[in-house]
Amino acid sequence: MTEAFARAMPQEGLMGGLMIGIAAAIMLLGLGRVAGVSGLAARASGIAGGAPRGVALAFIIGLPLGAFLVAAINGGVATHFPASSTTLIIAGLLVGFGTRLGSGCTSGHGVCGLSRLSRRSILATALFMASGIVTVALMRLVGFL
Amino acid sequence: MRQMLVALIAGVLFGAGLAYSGMVDPQRVQGFLDIWGAWDPMLAFVMLGAIMPMVVAWLVQQRMQKPFADAHFSLPGTTRLDARLATGAVLFGAGWGIGGLCPGPAIAGMAIAPLSAAIFVIAMLAGMAVQRFVIK
Repeated sequence: MTEAFARAMPQEGLMGGLMIGIAAAIMLLGLGRVAGVSGLAARASGIAGGAPRGVALAFIIGLPLGAFLVAAINGGVATHFPASSTTLIIAGLLVGFGTRLGSGCTSGHGVCGLSRLSRRSILATALFMASGIVTVALMRLVGFL
Repeated sequence: MRQMLVALIAGVLFGAGLAYSGMVDPQRVQGFLDIWGAWDPMLAFVMLGAIMPMVVAWLVQQRMQKPFADAHFSLPGTTRLDARLATGAVLFGAGWGIGGLCPGPAIAGMAIAPLSAAIFVIAMLAGMAVQRFVIK
């Protein structure tokens, strides 16, 4: 537990979170839109309607650019992606299908919706958190983690 | 053009925030969901940090006639709680737990772990297309 907290670096979490929240505020006050990544990704790829496609595409392209900048400045960013392609594909399919069916993900419901006290977002966030916790617990139980 | 620039700036800042806070590391996200393991509270700090400016932004939004760089607000107005929302959230949560990835970090992660992130993102777009065109 102490080790987990030691590597948690709450100030970096808060600071990174602030950057995310300010980015979402720019989308809201600048363009009048919610910064929901699943919706914007669907729009940018032409799967769904919504924002002007150029706007969605510009935001989506910005995401890896921002991550690249941080990696360049900090000399890399630690990451541990699942090694198995099967895992990545199953997870990706569920995330894509689920976020569209449920009208949002961690950013749209979790950040933008919760801060607006939207009841749909409160329910969605509670459910995807609970579902994620149960899924990880089950994976731990069967020795997958 | 001006709107695309605003969106690009927001996207870059969003992606930088994800990378800076360690959220492009699926293991840390799984660590947050792993409450019976070595629980990692980072995601809670990130959410807290992100929600604070947005609370202010929503208060400011209520006093604005229109956004700074667009003609009008285009915001979700639905308030209905339905099975569709709940089912979608549960399925998303399962995928989130399995891979430790949600859409933002996966797309931002294409700059950090391009191959793995691309596999996930392609599958994610396929899942979105299935929802849109097959099982509506």
